Amino acid sequence: MHNIMVIARREFKSYFDSPVAYIVITFFLIIAGYFFTSNLFLSNQADLRTLWGIIPLLFVFFIPAISMKLLADEKKTGTIELLYTYPIRDSEIVLGKYFAALFLLGVMLLFTVAYAFTVNSLGNMDVGQAIAGYIGLILMAAAYLAIGVFASSVTDNQIIAFILALFISFFFFIADKIIFFLPSGIAGIFEYLGIEYHFQNIARGVIDSRNVLYFASLIFFGLLLASHSLSRRRGD
Amino acid sequence: MIELQDVSKSYGGVKAVDGVTLQVPKGQILGFLGPNGAGKTTTMRMITGFMPPTAGTIVVDGQSMEDHSLAIREKIGYLPEMAPVYQDMNVLDYLHYVCALRRIPQERRNTRIKEVVDRCGLTTVLGKEVGQLSKGYRQRVGLAQAIIHDPQYLILDEPTAGLDPNQIVEIRALIKELGREKTVILSTHILSEVQATCSRVIIISGGKLVADNTPDGLQASLSGRNVLLLTLKGNVGDAAARLKAVPSIEDVRPVPTGKPGESKFRIESTPGTDIREDVFILAVAERWTVLEMIPETQSLEEVFHKLTAA
Repeated sequence: MHNIMVIARREFKSYFDSPVAYIVITFFLIIAGYFFTSNLFLSNQADLRTLWGIIPLLFVFFIPAISMKLLADEKKTGTIELLYTYPIRDSEIVLGKYFAALFLLGVMLLFTVAYAFTVNSLGNMDVGQAIAGYIGLILMAAAYLAIGVFASSVTDNQIIAFILALFISFFFFIADKIIFFLPSGIAGIFEYLGIEYHFQNIARGVIDSRNVLYFASLIFFGLLLASHSLSRRRGD
Repeated sequence: MIELQDVSKSYGGVKAVDGVTLQVPKGQILGFLGPNGAGKTTTMRMITGFMPPTAGTIVVDGQSMEDHSLAIREKIGYLPEMAPVYQDMNVLDYLHYVCALRRIPQERRNTRIKEVVDRCGLTTVLGKEVGQLSKGYRQRVGLAQAIIHDPQYLILDEPTAGLDPNQIVEIRALIKELGREKTVILSTHILSEVQATCSRVIIISGGKLVADNTPDGLQASLSGRNVLLLTLKGNVGDAAARLKAVPSIEDVRPVPTGKPGESKFRIESTPGTDIREDVFILAVAERWTVLEMIPETQSLEEVFHKLTAA
């Protein structure tokens, strides 16, 4: 735990030493804010549904941008060589990086709480449902991020890490939206694979263990594979 | 004590290190010599726990790397080639970060950092970002992170690469000083470095150990025959034939001097004999005027070339 925190703290600070964090957060808030406000008064409902509609798609692009450098950059610059020779487990390196990015995403989402307060001041918002929505949002971000960390672990090229993460994330994003074109036998599987299906269930206000389990397994396997790919080293 | 038993490493079927067996007792400064791509870095990386060998075992202080990798890594300080240090951190923050990962207790960190900063000469650059430092300073930061936890074993991969001559002298002095209390393994392809700092030399070529000796011993073992450069006054036409007639002389070749009135010969002895006296006696008997008589010692460069150029 100690090692994970040390690595996470350094990584989190380095996000703010470069323009990456500022750019990603700013653009995320602009785009999310635009889509949120443009429909808010049309729908005439005091809830965050328009926000929940756009964020799963935004995450597909923004989370890979946050995760791409995590391990790929250390591999490229060779700094990971020292981490490999310190008394640290590979899984601790992965988790340290993961938590740093997760914390950054938490900061990013914290800004959107302003939208919730706006809605609440305009009408009678279901606060419980909004909180459930945020729990779902964090779970979904954590799952996308695990995919991003895995993508960053298999290459030393940030662009490849970004595209790979985007590709995998998009698969999970689209899976439950293409079931009309699929034979009924596998349609159920694809619906279950779809990330938004699980997120919208939670955002409705019901935190079901089935949905939580889905996110937990994505996180677990993403990080496991990332740790495994680090342990293969492959020299230089 | 670091022990390597028949250690091999292959990358996709190509053997980078091939059956290396080696023992490094405490308190030795071991120079690891070899041409580029000979397997120096790979061998060092295996000793540091960076990656496991494909075959063979590595044992440090009786603990095998396979089962006690984390415990062994605590005892080792490692400076990789090119000293990869986070470019966007300043030196002081970086050293604090390494202290935390090396689990140096909070209250001892400041004194420990001060010690290594003094030792590595980093006082003036503490607040600077590593990315802005010169190669020499970056190398010192790399060295500082390697010794900050006071390890028993130091593994240094080309510690003087890319430094200017003054910095090289400083770093060598530092390594020598560290070598008094620690076991040091350093790799290099600069031969004078080995002569200047190491108590033992190992030459690796094509992934295999080809020599293991002291620097002087290595030189001696290969220069079994003595070579003498003899310059005589005047054109002594039959000198080559006369010299060849001496039993202890095996080969005589005239060397062009470019100067009229001088003749020069390269004389090679039979193995293990000193021919200086024989040559002198002959010169007196023949009434030759000897202008120069220079023994030619084989430098470590030649030894290295002979062993690795196959």
